[in-house]
Amino acid sequence: MSSEQRDHGRRDDRGGRQGGGQGGRRFIRARKSCRFCADKVDYIDYKDGRLLGSYIPERGKILPRRISGTCAPHQRMLATAIKRARNAAILPFTLD
Amino acid sequence: MRVYEVLFIVAPNIEESDIDTLVTQLSDVATNQGAHIAKIDRMGRRRLAYPIGKFNDGHYVVFTIEGTGAEIAEVERRMRVTDAVIRYITIRIDEDLKRAEKFRVRRVARAAATAGSRRGRRPAEPVLPIGNDEEDGDEEGADL
Repeated sequence: MSSEQRDHGRRDDRGGRQGGGQGGRRFIRARKSCRFCADKVDYIDYKDGRLLGSYIPERGKILPRRISGTCAPHQRMLATAIKRARNAAILPFTLD
Repeated sequence: MRVYEVLFIVAPNIEESDIDTLVTQLSDVATNQGAHIAKIDRMGRRRLAYPIGKFNDGHYVVFTIEGTGAEIAEVERRMRVTDAVIRYITIRIDEDLKRAEKFRVRRVARAAATAGSRRGRRPAEPVLPIGNDEEDGDEEGADL
């Protein structure tokens, strides 16, 4: 219940951006809410290459949260995990 | 007490049995320094996302070590010296785990609170036909 309410709040934060974007063709249709909140993830493991891999687009950069819809706390965890994974050769630093 | 996760990658040209001895060697180094090895996770041979040295894959091993931090320095020194270890990373996880635990507890508490309020509302309806005056009054007041 309350997690739903929280998600609504987050959606409002960024609603305008996602609706108005004309350059939407560059990416797959954005998820509107944080997947980690929905899955109740408390800690993002840097060893989970498959999970992290879904947050690095073609160039190997970290997917910004305006596109993925990830909430701020989870985006921070995710960014840390991705950076750790890069050093562990689980994720690439660059892709071409 | 701090909890660390030491991940290291062993070169792919090392024999399985040699990896075993290396793993026991390194874990002995940690225990001799007074640390407690909570877990040894052999993730097996995996492809590297980019070549390290001249290798394209490697054996991943993860130690979960509980200690003061001084042991980590010795383990890392040993890994630096060992040619078979092509990459190592140490991450302190106790603070992250504590935070995750806090979130989990808070979520459970919140779930219990909402479930409790829902449970509190549900009996109010079955009670009506029995003719509980107080509950009746509450219901009507809420409707208005």
